Amino acid sequence: MASNPIDQFKISKILDLQVGSFDFSFTNSALFMVVTVATTAAFLILTTSGRGLIPGKLQSLSEILYEFVANMLRDAAGAEGMKFFPLVFSLFTFILVANLFGMFPYFFTFTSHIVVTAALAFLVIGTVIVYGFYKNGIGFLKLFVPDGVPVALLPIVGLIEVISFLSRPISLSVRLFANMLAGHITLKVFAGFVTSLSSLGFLGIVGAALPLAFTVALTGLEFLVAFLQAYVFAILTCMYINDAIHPSH
Amino acid sequence: MASTNTEVGIDDHSADVFPPFQTETYPSQLLWLALTFGLFYYLMAKVALPRISSILEVRSDRIEQDIEEANRLQRESDEAQAAYEYDLAEARNNAQVIAQRARDEAKAEADTKRGAEEARLNEMLEKADADIAATKAAAMEDVGAIAEETTQALVNSLLDGKITKAQVSKAVSKAGAGA
Repeated sequence: MASNPIDQFKISKILDLQVGSFDFSFTNSALFMVVTVATTAAFLILTTSGRGLIPGKLQSLSEILYEFVANMLRDAAGAEGMKFFPLVFSLFTFILVANLFGMFPYFFTFTSHIVVTAALAFLVIGTVIVYGFYKNGIGFLKLFVPDGVPVALLPIVGLIEVISFLSRPISLSVRLFANMLAGHITLKVFAGFVTSLSSLGFLGIVGAALPLAFTVALTGLEFLVAFLQAYVFAILTCMYINDAIHPSH
Repeated sequence: MASTNTEVGIDDHSADVFPPFQTETYPSQLLWLALTFGLFYYLMAKVALPRISSILEVRSDRIEQDIEEANRLQRESDEAQAAYEYDLAEARNNAQVIAQRARDEAKAEADTKRGAEEARLNEMLEKADADIAATKAAAMEDVGAIAEETTQALVNSLLDGKITKAQVSKAVSKAGAGA
């Protein structure tokens, strides 16, 4: 029995695949990536295949998701930012569905691994840097020079801006990773209390009511966190893209 | 925990490391992330999002069209309403004119009829007056003749005299004039 709250994050191989010295095995993490992509893509594509003028419930859901992300991006980065809509939409739905799948017991949450969230964060920052220089040339560096700052303070402010820019991928990845990790550990710990207390006899069963209530409440909270972290990731992506489009602020 | 775990860890000696920090799992996670997310991005960018976008566009076009059509119909009905009200006002006007004309005609006819009747009555009145006057004159003449005869008879019987008819007539007309 996996009573250790860390065990749920263990990566286990399903299909062994070694290339040279690298281990590219198909694991439980990879399985849930495939499941996430397959269900999300299938849902979005199948529910809209009717192209109903008057949408059904499921088509409505797809459209709401579309408009939610589209409004988020348009509000943050303007009409020009819409060329990054597929990226933001993919990131949001991918993370959201992965987080929500993680709420099923025995399902693996691949967003609770720092390497996954870091890869997504660097994808965002990489896109911002590449597009920023492509669009603005050297003018992209104005991002680090805020308007209206005295010349004497410019080196210090510039340094702060550079550090804050460099910390973006770190904060972006660690926020998602830590939230998913901590939430799942907390749930597991409280759920573990229920089983260990109730094995102590009658008083233990009575006492287990409290952690059980906590577990129920935390489950609700975790659903909120699952959505919120996907949202935060997406909205920050939108804001960073806005920086790439309009570097002078 | 490792002893109870029947699943195969990536590496036995790393089983005690916190799973997210087991670097030997990184290549696999990164590869599969790249494959799955890449495929997902491709499906979204090429299939799902253009499709939803076209659905929304078609719908907003349709709604715009419908609103335009509704506005056109509204305008038409407004115009029909105005035309109807204009016709109604005109008809009311015409009705008044017709009624006035009918009233005037009736009045004129009544006036002519009354005039004719009055004229006829006046004529009859005048004729009656003339008859009365003629009758009166005839009567007065008779009165004179009676007076002459009476006077002649009276004088003849009283005076046993000889008085001519001419003398009596003269006296009577003198008395009549004097009276």
